[in-house]
Amino acid sequence: MYGGGYIYEDSGRSRQQEEQLQDDPVKLAAFEARIARGEKIEPGDWMPVEYRRQLIRLIEQHAHSEIIGALPEGTWITRAPGFKRKLALIAKVQDEIGHGQLLYNAAETLGKSREAMINDLLSGKSKYSNVFNYPAETWADVTVIGFLIDAAAIVNQVANAKGSYGPYCRALERICYEESFHLKQGHDAFIELATGTAAQKAMLQDALNRWWQPIMHFFGPPDKVSSHSEKLMQWKVKMASNDDMRNQFLEAYVPKIWELGLTLPDTLLKKNQETGKWEYSDPDWDLFFEVIKGNGPCNKERLNVRKWAEEHGSWIRKALMREEERERTALPVA
Amino acid sequence: MQIQQALPELLIKIADDELIIGHRNSEWTGLGPVMEEDIAFSSMAQDKIGHAWAIYRILQEHFEGQDPDQFAFMRDAAAYKCCHLVEMPIGAYEFSLMRHFLFDHAETARYQSFSQSSFTPLQQLAGKIKGELKYHTLHADAWILQLCKAGEESRQRMQGALDDCFQLAGGIFEPGKEEALLISENIYPGEQALYQQWLSTISPVIEKAGLIMPQMTAPVYGGRQGQHTQYLQQLLNEMGEVFRLDPEATW
Repeated sequence: MYGGGYIYEDSGRSRQQEEQLQDDPVKLAAFEARIARGEKIEPGDWMPVEYRRQLIRLIEQHAHSEIIGALPEGTWITRAPGFKRKLALIAKVQDEIGHGQLLYNAAETLGKSREAMINDLLSGKSKYSNVFNYPAETWADVTVIGFLIDAAAIVNQVANAKGSYGPYCRALERICYEESFHLKQGHDAFIELATGTAAQKAMLQDALNRWWQPIMHFFGPPDKVSSHSEKLMQWKVKMASNDDMRNQFLEAYVPKIWELGLTLPDTLLKKNQETGKWEYSDPDWDLFFEVIKGNGPCNKERLNVRKWAEEHGSWIRKALMREEERERTALPVA
Repeated sequence: MQIQQALPELLIKIADDELIIGHRNSEWTGLGPVMEEDIAFSSMAQDKIGHAWAIYRILQEHFEGQDPDQFAFMRDAAAYKCCHLVEMPIGAYEFSLMRHFLFDHAETARYQSFSQSSFTPLQQLAGKIKGELKYHTLHADAWILQLCKAGEESRQRMQGALDDCFQLAGGIFEPGKEEALLISENIYPGEQALYQQWLSTISPVIEKAGLIMPQMTAPVYGGRQGQHTQYLQQLLNEMGEVFRLDPEATW
């Protein structure tokens, strides 16, 4: 997982124009030509201020989503039923933390430290995927997350892996590779319940009903109201529109869900055979923005867990830094 | 008692130790003090749980034991034979790190001895597990040394953790009822020999770290006889919560 399709942005976009004006037009033209030719931009290369800012925001949010996304599933590691599921879930959540690590490293190449990013996460300044502000109530929720939310994230990440910033693309290539295994284990656990006892099927259907709206929210608001500029598409920061990614997800996964005899809580959901596009009821976008603001069912709980980890780990990080300094001063000066 | 009864006793206590410490280590997934440690504890958790699974399979195959999932997820605390050290909650990071250090050196001594065991399935398994344990002890030693050298606060925390863990760690080597038979059959050299081996491995690291080695005055026994702290049943209730919804179902 877990980079949501949607890059959260605070209101007020006037800064963008001011900063844009500071970019050297000749360098900007050369930069845009490189991107148009399909070249990758590397950390030492010239880049517009706004490109750097947007990328930091994108990669940072993606990284936060990985480590926060580890929490709803992580709480089920101790309850996973049987050795196979227990081991698979630990391995999977461990991978997500590893993805967070890779992504923080990629974002650091743009000049923001991991500590600064974590501080912004804890203060609420920097966001993460909204989908993790919902509770994982039963084991079936874990299978829905492992199958469908991972699947949704893959749609987004495969698109982003073709973007213009080299370090982010390389991190995503590895992430997508591991995610394909996550999807397999999620699918396997999902099918096990879907084809299991009546109680297991009911548990799964209930989880699916609860998660469907957050999943529809996952790719962000419809294109007609999404504020993201064409510039981000031209710079290959954003690689696909929210609606296109949502459609791609529905096309690939709704039939798989229906084939298993499960239903989805949207009576309007169907594929329009003429346009080839999926039609659906609009999810509650007011709720989506409320959750972004911090008013979702689990926002506080998720951040409190991270704060606990940061506070309890602070002496260790300080100790390691002191040790590094000590080692450095012990080295002879050549 | 015949070897056919004595051997499962040995196997069950080792596997139970590994499952329970693996479960505890997995609780750090998502909560580690730095992401790298979070990942390390998850990784070791997988190894430990994997070892337990492998031993439960040996029990099933060679001693008419139960299906490993049923055996692990359905037993109550009184039927578990793990030592108290592994049952304790994860506590603060220094406790978990020190427990990992003391436990993994004990495991290393144990599996080194198993690599010469006359019981072939155990001897073969030891070959694989020893390779993994090398990294576990390397990790534990490096972190203990690094933190102990990083100033008084962290050295004191590690000393406190060592003092808290040490008698509990003594419980790893609680003598078994049928040890003499296992020793005479060359299954393994017995708990006292492993204890001595363990002491000789951890002592240099503890000394190098500048920690004071406690005396083993009151090792915490009872776990091997099914007497446990309250924490084990709580852990088992949580571990079996989903599985016990329908033990006949596949999950």
